[in-house]
Amino acid sequence: MNGKGTAESMDSAETGSDEGSTADARPAETGAAPSRGRISARAPETRVAEQHDRGAADGHRVSLKGLRAFYGDSEAVKDVDLDFEPNRVTAMIGPSGCGKSTLVRCINRMHEEIPGARAEGEVLLDEQDVYAEKVDVVAVRRSIGMVFQKPNPFPTMSIFDNVAAGVRLSGKRSNDLKGVVERSLRGAGLWEEVKDRLGEAGLGLSGGQQQRLCIARTIAVQPEVIIMDEPCSALDPVATLRVEELISELKRRYTIILVTHNMQQAARIADKTAFMLTGEMVEFADTEKIFTNPDDERTEDYVTGKFG
Amino acid sequence: MSALVGVSARRRRTDQLGRGVLLLATLIALVPLVAIVYTLIQKGAGAISLSFFTTDPNGRFLGDPGGIKGAIVGTVLMVALAAALAVPFGIGVALYMVEYGRGTRFASVVRYFVDVMTGVPSVVFGLFIYILLVVTKVGGGFTAWKGSVALALLMLPVVTRSAEVVLLLVPNDLRETALALGSPRWKVILRIVLPTALPGLVTGSLLAVARAAGETAPLLFTAFGLSTTSFNLGNQMNSLPIQIFNDVQKAQDRLVERAWGAALTLVVMILVLTLVARLVQRRSRTA
Repeated sequence: MNGKGTAESMDSAETGSDEGSTADARPAETGAAPSRGRISARAPETRVAEQHDRGAADGHRVSLKGLRAFYGDSEAVKDVDLDFEPNRVTAMIGPSGCGKSTLVRCINRMHEEIPGARAEGEVLLDEQDVYAEKVDVVAVRRSIGMVFQKPNPFPTMSIFDNVAAGVRLSGKRSNDLKGVVERSLRGAGLWEEVKDRLGEAGLGLSGGQQQRLCIARTIAVQPEVIIMDEPCSALDPVATLRVEELISELKRRYTIILVTHNMQQAARIADKTAFMLTGEMVEFADTEKIFTNPDDERTEDYVTGKFG
Repeated sequence: MSALVGVSARRRRTDQLGRGVLLLATLIALVPLVAIVYTLIQKGAGAISLSFFTTDPNGRFLGDPGGIKGAIVGTVLMVALAAALAVPFGIGVALYMVEYGRGTRFASVVRYFVDVMTGVPSVVFGLFIYILLVVTKVGGGFTAWKGSVALALLMLPVVTRSAEVVLLLVPNDLRETALALGSPRWKVILRIVLPTALPGLVTGSLLAVARAAGETAPLLFTAFGLSTTSFNLGNQMNSLPIQIFNDVQKAQDRLVERAWGAALTLVVMILVLTLVARLVQRRSRTA
């Protein structure tokens, strides 16, 4: 759980020592003291340039083992095993009510926020079970960020405060909040559009901009995995395209789990695709295979538009 | 043949009759409202002068009977203390019901009793405090702070219910988003829920204050009356409702006029509070 994507580690990732080296060793290679934490004291300008232009880092693996989710007595997710690979976009597709949203909400333990809802089984984040007894649910959510269907900037806050809220709410200390906000907004491809009006209300932005603001807010916490629950379903085609490009960029640094209603979207940006039906995992394979040559008949019927 | 024909004569007549009845009902309901305001101004305006607000009753049989300075000061102080007691508790109860106890049996029991308390007549709160604090002579007999406690009890259910409604209006999305960012629940409440609900909480509290400011019965048994200005909440204290209650029973026209003047003052004060409450609400809607 300690291979955080700091800029220091990104430098070494650039040189190709990513797969083999342990996360602990990496900061030492570049001479950074571990106590510095995630936010380095280096000048923001250079940091931003690095992270934005060349930034890449190890994502983290998420594995589901025998995951079941319930609302009261009804079982919404039925015994699912699934592996989300690092630095890949994995799309979850399936008709409404098939349990794909419920499944991803189990990963960052948001499922249990609904009264009467519970989950069984294991969700492993790099070998660590997020449902283990000792694990702090707050820490899980800091490591696994989430972007929601409807763009939802905090209404009482400015653009700056919305992004900073990611840091402030999660209780992280930062000496360089301005730097974090700028890096996150650049990371979400929004900086150029809002840099002159950071003090204005987040709600004043367009829908697509608001959703990118929400993505900036999520990456400001520096999670290891990002869950996106139909992030484009409230956006127009142009804004959707912009967010899709952003997702393809973000996978260089994060593991991305994308729930989508839109099969073309899955085909465009997902590396892997999982098809769910009535709570069951029907098929999980490379996106191309799912859309061209699926093994299961139900998958084929769904992707060719026979139902759903 | 097209089915698009004009409105039938019968439907038009029924429509006009319906509208007429509703308009008439509205006009009838307005009559007492207008009459009250008219009477207040007609009878009370004559008493209003600068000295009316800057002097206390002097007990003279002839000439200027003195003003209502002490009563205004007393009402402001006692209601302020009552608000300081009732608003934090009321919002606290509402936060518990909405944020922690949502859907639990305990929360619905609490909500039921809060509703019952809303319907309890104010004289009952006065008697309750009279038995509990005045008769037992806790910190003296009749004192102003006991009046404040009675008013606070009266305000508590009003504040709680209005706060609960406002807190329920905060979209659940915002709570989920903040939780998903890795925020502890208490921080979600302090940083997201309360700021979002703030205008509504202010409005609800101001309306509760406005209601308490006009109450006579809880003060009759607790703060009693005093004809001089006092800033000591540990002592007896005058208030506008008590001043009106006393003056209007007197056999002198000068004193009855003072009662009307005090009533007009009280109504204007409450009107201003209500206006401020509405302004706060409107500003939040346009923001």
